[in-house]
Amino acid sequence: MAETMANGQSQTYVGTRTIRPDGVDKVTGRARFGADFNLPGQLIGRVLRSPHPHARILSIDTAKAEALPGVKAVITRDDFADQSSEFIPAGEMMMNYKDVVRNVMAREKALYEGHAVAAVAATSVAIARRALKLIDVKYEVLPHVIDVVEAMRPDAPLLHDDLFTAGVEPKPEQPSNIAKRVEIVLGDVEAGFQKADVIVEREFKTAPVHQGYIEPHAALASVSEDGATELWCSTQGHFIVRAHCARLLGLDIGRIRVTASEIGGGFGGKTVVYLEPLAIALSRKAKRPVKMVMSREEVFKASGPTSGATVRVKMGATKEGKFVAGFAELKYQAGAFQGSPVQPGVMCAYAPYDIENVKVIGYDVVSNRPKVAAYRAPGAPISEFAVESVVDEIAKKLDIDPIDLRMQNAAREGTKAAYGPKLGPIGMEETLNAIKKTEHWNAPLRKWQGRGVASGFWFNIGGETSASLTVNEDGTVSLMAGTPDIGGLRASLAMVAADELGVPYDKVRPIIGDTGSLGFNFLTGGSRSAFSGSMAIVEAAKQIKTELCARACKLWDLKPDQVEFAGGQVKALGAAAEKVKPMSIADFAKVAGKTGGPIGGYGRINAQGAGPSLGTHLVDLEVDPETGRVTILKYTVAQDAGRAIHPSYVEGQFQGGAVQGIGWALNEEYIYGADGKLQNAGFLDYRMPVASDVPMIDAILVEVANPKHPYGVRGVGETPIVPPLGAIANAMEAATGIRFTELPMSPPKVLKALKERGLNKV
Amino acid sequence: MAKHHIETTVNGDEIEFLCETEETLLDVLRDTLHLTGSKEGCASGDCGACSVMLDGRLVCSCLVLGCEVGGRRVETIEGMAKGEKLHPLQQRFLEHAALQCGICTPGFLVASKALLERTPDPTEHEIRYWLAGNLCRCTGYDKIVSAVMDAAVTMRKG
Repeated sequence: MAETMANGQSQTYVGTRTIRPDGVDKVTGRARFGADFNLPGQLIGRVLRSPHPHARILSIDTAKAEALPGVKAVITRDDFADQSSEFIPAGEMMMNYKDVVRNVMAREKALYEGHAVAAVAATSVAIARRALKLIDVKYEVLPHVIDVVEAMRPDAPLLHDDLFTAGVEPKPEQPSNIAKRVEIVLGDVEAGFQKADVIVEREFKTAPVHQGYIEPHAALASVSEDGATELWCSTQGHFIVRAHCARLLGLDIGRIRVTASEIGGGFGGKTVVYLEPLAIALSRKAKRPVKMVMSREEVFKASGPTSGATVRVKMGATKEGKFVAGFAELKYQAGAFQGSPVQPGVMCAYAPYDIENVKVIGYDVVSNRPKVAAYRAPGAPISEFAVESVVDEIAKKLDIDPIDLRMQNAAREGTKAAYGPKLGPIGMEETLNAIKKTEHWNAPLRKWQGRGVASGFWFNIGGETSASLTVNEDGTVSLMAGTPDIGGLRASLAMVAADELGVPYDKVRPIIGDTGSLGFNFLTGGSRSAFSGSMAIVEAAKQIKTELCARACKLWDLKPDQVEFAGGQVKALGAAAEKVKPMSIADFAKVAGKTGGPIGGYGRINAQGAGPSLGTHLVDLEVDPETGRVTILKYTVAQDAGRAIHPSYVEGQFQGGAVQGIGWALNEEYIYGADGKLQNAGFLDYRMPVASDVPMIDAILVEVANPKHPYGVRGVGETPIVPPLGAIANAMEAATGIRFTELPMSPPKVLKALKERGLNKV
Repeated sequence: MAKHHIETTVNGDEIEFLCETEETLLDVLRDTLHLTGSKEGCASGDCGACSVMLDGRLVCSCLVLGCEVGGRRVETIEGMAKGEKLHPLQQRFLEHAALQCGICTPGFLVASKALLERTPDPTEHEIRYWLAGNLCRCTGYDKIVSAVMDAAVTMRKG
């Protein structure tokens, strides 16, 4: 039902559960994902990858491959100009083109197993495969290092001889694998520990985990004889792909048009380029379209997982339960090139809490693994897992209810966060209260069962966004956004547009425009697309409303203050109201040609004011003492959404993030052999949760409006993966009495821990 | 080697195609017949995104060779809706927001249909185990399971 807001505008759709406009295409197989695009005359591109985790590339001879009939192009490092070292922001992380050019195609060295060394384009898959075998690469195999702590040792094999630790004074004289040291300090942490009655210090270890999107990377490039370049690919940000490809291939941005396909999951992993510049380089050489699709093995070996890490946490509290000091030291794997998410890990570690004295140090460390990419709240799940585990231990030591302890120390409006700002209204207390009110919180448990709770924080971002609304001749509305729709964005934006313009939801048709159709859009990441996109749509709608009011003034010979737009119509006010009939958008559409031409609005904004989203998760699990297997019995998520535009898709974010977190906590990990090679590059051995592994995930929408957004919206997509690791570790402690500090808590590890304590008997 | 000439039935249509020995049914569907609704997520039978029905049995089309389907009956996601009418499962998936990115959706729908044809009134437990061969990384499975249960109710009513 329509309700009327303070500004007199009717609000009908925001907050309801509409059917997504792109839905029918996705349930009928019509929707076109990355690998579903084809062009006449297209070639198949394939990548030759390093079999070694660390090797100097002495020479690459492609002559035999090039001579093979059906091979139309071969590319190597020689096809990419070197790039200077320069850091640019990439979502919540930073990137450097000097590294990007080396990651898409190895130059001096291959730095991980699976590192691209050459690529071919051929008339068939079979010929492309044969051609790869004919490329003769001479390697000088070098000692490798996989573990983060080993990589930090002074005698560790060195990946980059020009990498000197940044952020330390004086600048080191010797290069090392430690790319960067970062630190945040609030108050005086040593003085804080002096006031503590209880101090808990622990070291934690987490394994690298992959985003695990079901759709492998895919790209189709077509470069014409005059250099005009078209690219179709699965990405979280086609404008970013365009920028990267232009830079790496020396092209003008305006010469490249990128169309984002439907995207089959990303979670941060599709914010960078892998195949895209290779496909363009091959197509440019072959002068034919080139299609490239990664195999699942390639996805695991050569696209970014997130960091594994070693984390030390030390927290102090008074006997009343007031946190007085928090210290943490984080060592994050960056993979082969610097740029782990250690910075956000540092900033988020203590963010759910109001603590006067905080010190967090982080190290960004390279090793012979694929370069990490963003993964849902990059960096935060790792550091907050460690802190939430220690918080739980403090609660136990002080015999305080873990929710009450969190409540007592919760960050709230006005809290000075250790990472800098004074926080606005945030929903930490509200999510704790919501969890405490559930039946789940008081449900009975049996032997070998345990209950755990943990909270999580993520910032969310805004950023550059363009979106347009066009009123068609019949009064329907075309909506164009420039951030790929990864899980309901089109629905959310169409709902906002419908409410703003007072038109039926099904009269708004949203599409994702290509890079030639809109101004720059930063990518779908940082939980920004619905937040920023809806702000751009509000701006575009405002322009339409202003324009229609101006046209009405002309038609009715009235002054601007004698008309208003409300409820989807322009109405005359006061005495004039009786003389003229209100005009709807459809009425204006009919006379558009006579009143000034086409009607539309174009929101071009740099969205500010993204509000952090806090979440608290509650989990019950059962441990099988004979096998070490852990079964999740019951799971509840409460998270602050600010305002849920489409409650079902917000719940979906909560549920999906929780289950990814369950996988991270219990099973998922990159397993390397002593030879530095990945041993589980497939879905059988890299064990992501399946339907029978998890229960229903109860989702509680907490809505503490974000005052900086016209509808109160906060980003919601990333926070849900933050609390599960700690919540599950805490439940494991409750079930077994064992504090697990190493992820994943997989059956062999759990069984070993039980055996060590003689607990493995039913 | 010469290609194999195969005659088969796909979604009720009699069709013929040529394929190499090593081409999978999924390759044939996607690349030769341009039925790209079946997706390749792993090519090893682990993700279920390529699920199709072969003679009424649920299979991963990446684990079947194209030249194996001669004279048999293949049903894919493209044949699930009848004219303008969506299958109840398709409709419930939309209503329950049982998809986010949508890449796994065709496989889940085909697998769920196979379940409901043999088990019209499944428990949550049965649904979860039947669908354990289909990976979804977005939804956490909650809304998928709800949608299947709801569709089962609709289908039982006829």
